[in-house]
Amino acid sequence: MAKILIPTPLRQYAGGSDAVQVEAATAGEALEQLVSLHPDLKKQLFNDEGRLRSFVNVYVSDEDIRYLERDKTPVKADDTLSIVPSIAGGR
Amino acid sequence: MATATMTPAAALPELTNEEILRYSRHLILPEVGMEGQRRLKAAKVLMVGTGGLGAPLGMYLAAVGVGRIGIVDFDTVDVTNLQRQIIHGQKDIGRKKIDSAAETMQDINPYLEIVKHETFLTSANALDIIKDYDVVVDGTDNFPTRYLVNDACVLLNKPNAYGSIFRFEGQATVFHHEDGPCYRCLYPEPPPPGLVPSCAEGGVLGILPAIIGSIQATETVKLILGKGETLKGRLLLYDSLNMKFRELKLRRNPECPVCGDHPTVTELIDYQEFCGIPQQAAKEAEQEGKLSEITPLELKAKLDAGEPIFVLDVREPHEYEIARIEGTTLIPLGQLARRVEELDSTADIVIHCKSGMRSAKAQRLLKDMGFSRVTNLTGGILRWSEDVDPDVPQY
Repeated sequence: MAKILIPTPLRQYAGGSDAVQVEAATAGEALEQLVSLHPDLKKQLFNDEGRLRSFVNVYVSDEDIRYLERDKTPVKADDTLSIVPSIAGGR
Repeated sequence: MATATMTPAAALPELTNEEILRYSRHLILPEVGMEGQRRLKAAKVLMVGTGGLGAPLGMYLAAVGVGRIGIVDFDTVDVTNLQRQIIHGQKDIGRKKIDSAAETMQDINPYLEIVKHETFLTSANALDIIKDYDVVVDGTDNFPTRYLVNDACVLLNKPNAYGSIFRFEGQATVFHHEDGPCYRCLYPEPPPPGLVPSCAEGGVLGILPAIIGSIQATETVKLILGKGETLKGRLLLYDSLNMKFRELKLRRNPECPVCGDHPTVTELIDYQEFCGIPQQAAKEAEQEGKLSEITPLELKAKLDAGEPIFVLDVREPHEYEIARIEGTTLIPLGQLARRVEELDSTADIVIHCKSGMRSAKAQRLLKDMGFSRVTNLTGGILRWSEDVDPDVPQY
């Protein structure tokens, strides 16, 4: 099972979980499983056309999937996926 | 891309005997030494913001002996800042942050020069302010200013020691240094307004900015010294709740509109518009115009008169723990769409949150789902506390 790490700003949409395990062959499949487990996350991660939002980056291990094969990026059983949304806080 | 053009050692300012004593723990580090300390003395660093990140940053940049530190801020100190902004104290409440910060920094180190820029950083003044500095440290708290700082740094060829924080988590990196990526390479576009909560809405652990601000200060010092390996091309993620540091790879995007091979942004733009703020505000104003509102005093009168009003609280459970209006039902905004069956669509519903923003969103959501009699409590529980029941604490 691959692991998806959920960042602090999105945990409230994932029942407070900081990580979920998914059975997936690609990054796209992994995210699909994540939003089926936590439907409130869907609007946060995807736009109305179902595409990943441009201020949410997804990494397989430490590589940005935009520079790999995007949602077709292969995922191995022991991989960790990170969702890294844009945060602006500083004060 | 910003490349370190190192001043020849002979052209660096000398240290006085007092300075030599003060910086002795640096001078005996071979990586700093006399030359490095003189580089710090010659350096000019601009810190944007003196809030959570700016507080430790300013104190450390002062302590280590950065010769000239510019500060951009326009805010005043309030009591809710003191849980994390350690550059300010109780005596500073109500003072300008820029004055309070400068005073603390000058107390730590009287040998430095502080330049106060008491203003909002805008497209009109950013290039003029930033051009005189060697390194920019971004400690702001909003997307328009972050994109503005980024673009100005790229246009002026300055490295940007970046940090941002939210709740228990922080991000840090160095943008636009040598051949490295910029902020737009990481996030080409900002989130629409309202989707990502601010620290004021989402909260922040008091110690979190100390870690991220200190990382920004460390990277700044390394950029000045030209030593070590900076965070260029690496995004450092810090999760204080699980005490984990992780690192992700960042790449310069050849298609980046600012720092790419064929840039299309060659001057500063309207960053409020870029971040969707005027449109969103106009849209919200228009929608709010059509949606009904009630003040806390009016609601209190109706409840006292025994009118059957269902009061819905759309804040988070931990906020409900801090302060609540008796007799309300709690459904956090993020769960509302899913839990809408728990509500009676024919009932009179008044929605409230902390200050009225989230409840306006909830009101629109319920209207879209066919609820006809939903009203927003203006000013939220904060105004309820002010106007109706001072026993309800403000937070």
